[in-house]
Amino acid sequence: MPAASGESRFFLLMGAIGGSYVLLILLLLLADIAYVSPGDFRAALGNPEIQAAISLTLKSCTVSAILSVIVGTALGYLLVRFQFWGKHIVNTLVDIPIVLPPLVLGLSLLILFSRPLPGLGYSLDDWLRPRGLSITFTQWAVIVAQFSVAAAFAVRTMRVTFEQMNPRAEDVARTLGCTRSQAFLQVALPQAGPGMLTAFTIAWARSLGEFGPILVFAGATRGRTEVLSTSVFLELSIGHLEAAVAVSLLMVVLAVIVLSILRLTGGRTGG
Amino acid sequence: MIQLVDLCLNAGKFRLDRLCCTIPTGSYAVLMGRSGQGKTTILESICGLRPVRSGSIRLGDRLVHNLPPGERGVGYVPQDLGLFPTMTVREHLDFALRLRRWSTIDCNQRVRELAELLGIGELLGRNVRNLSGGEAQRVALGRALSFRPQVLLLDEPLSSLDEETRSQMHQLLVGVKQAMHTTTLHVTHSRDEAAALADVRLTLADGGIRVDTGE
Repeated sequence: MPAASGESRFFLLMGAIGGSYVLLILLLLLADIAYVSPGDFRAALGNPEIQAAISLTLKSCTVSAILSVIVGTALGYLLVRFQFWGKHIVNTLVDIPIVLPPLVLGLSLLILFSRPLPGLGYSLDDWLRPRGLSITFTQWAVIVAQFSVAAAFAVRTMRVTFEQMNPRAEDVARTLGCTRSQAFLQVALPQAGPGMLTAFTIAWARSLGEFGPILVFAGATRGRTEVLSTSVFLELSIGHLEAAVAVSLLMVVLAVIVLSILRLTGGRTGG
Repeated sequence: MIQLVDLCLNAGKFRLDRLCCTIPTGSYAVLMGRSGQGKTTILESICGLRPVRSGSIRLGDRLVHNLPPGERGVGYVPQDLGLFPTMTVREHLDFALRLRRWSTIDCNQRVRELAELLGIGELLGRNVRNLSGGEAQRVALGRALSFRPQVLLLDEPLSSLDEETRSQMHQLLVGVKQAMHTTTLHVTHSRDEAAALADVRLTLADGGIRVDTGE
């Protein structure tokens, strides 16, 4: 039938255009898989430095994702439910880490923590060190660098989550006897659960892929501030291409797991 | 009693100035008026969700216009109901009671009373997402009445219902009115609703509230 054949042609045309990108990703993965042998993979996974990087990656991504969801939920709720002076500025500011080149963000973090603050004569690190906390070029710096970018995505997700939720339920809760905070905790937050899970997953995935800010702000000291993305860089820099590809594939597996969770939760942003 | 004295409100693009009105204790008042005149704004101001510019709101023997919503003793059913999507019907009915730290026995007793009055005993364990329009209306009404408020505010509660369900809800509201004797302000566009329920008929027009004697 002409109509059916027209529909098929349209499907094929759109499929060819969109499919070219899907094909590119598949070829990239296949190229990586073909490049390494199972032995390379086992050797990479058996390397104590890469094991330490895996451990730090899992821990730092989880901590930065949790922090991102907490900040994203609070800020997202404020930006959606309240009118206040400077709201547009705050909205713009929290989007900056999304558009800023990662290296620039890392450089900014380095300057913020290690250069003397104007008018004070000492840096944030100088202030924190006597209090038992050192940030720059430590594992804390990895978390701060990951959080700086991941939180922006969490804020965006939670903003959409709360925008999609009817504020009327919270209003009614307040007439029933809730304070603002009780209405938030008992009515808004349970509805925001799926959105928070999405924000966590996105923040975790962003943290996993973070490289530039970590390199600049935390360094890439083997066994200390090395995460998987820096492992790839370090292995490449010493000519271990197979190990670099094996670690890359491990990151792909982690990304697939995280994205599967996102799909399973429906990629929902609100109740 | 609901008493508004020289109440001035901002309502979107326009203002309501020097509204005055008294609804006697235990009366069922119906407020009518064209869309966009500020009927919902008046209800929101009475229950504390919208600040007043000036004037006073008295509920019973208390001036409430400076009190937070939860301390006004007002049961409110908004037009879109504002049900809590993550909660069951039972959790809606005892929500305000748990906030007031009622004992479990008293909560259960009150939930049973409300479920019987509103005919929702079979629905107590259901999530409100799975309710029909009429069932959802009953739950919203039960939630608003649960803590025995001195004042009940209903914002076009029947507007989204089909003819048959609306007729059932009419009967239900008449039953609630007879059973509870709560001072009620009910906003509607329907003359039938007003005729069936109103002890006091009010009209919002030209920025003022007029008592309609029906003559």
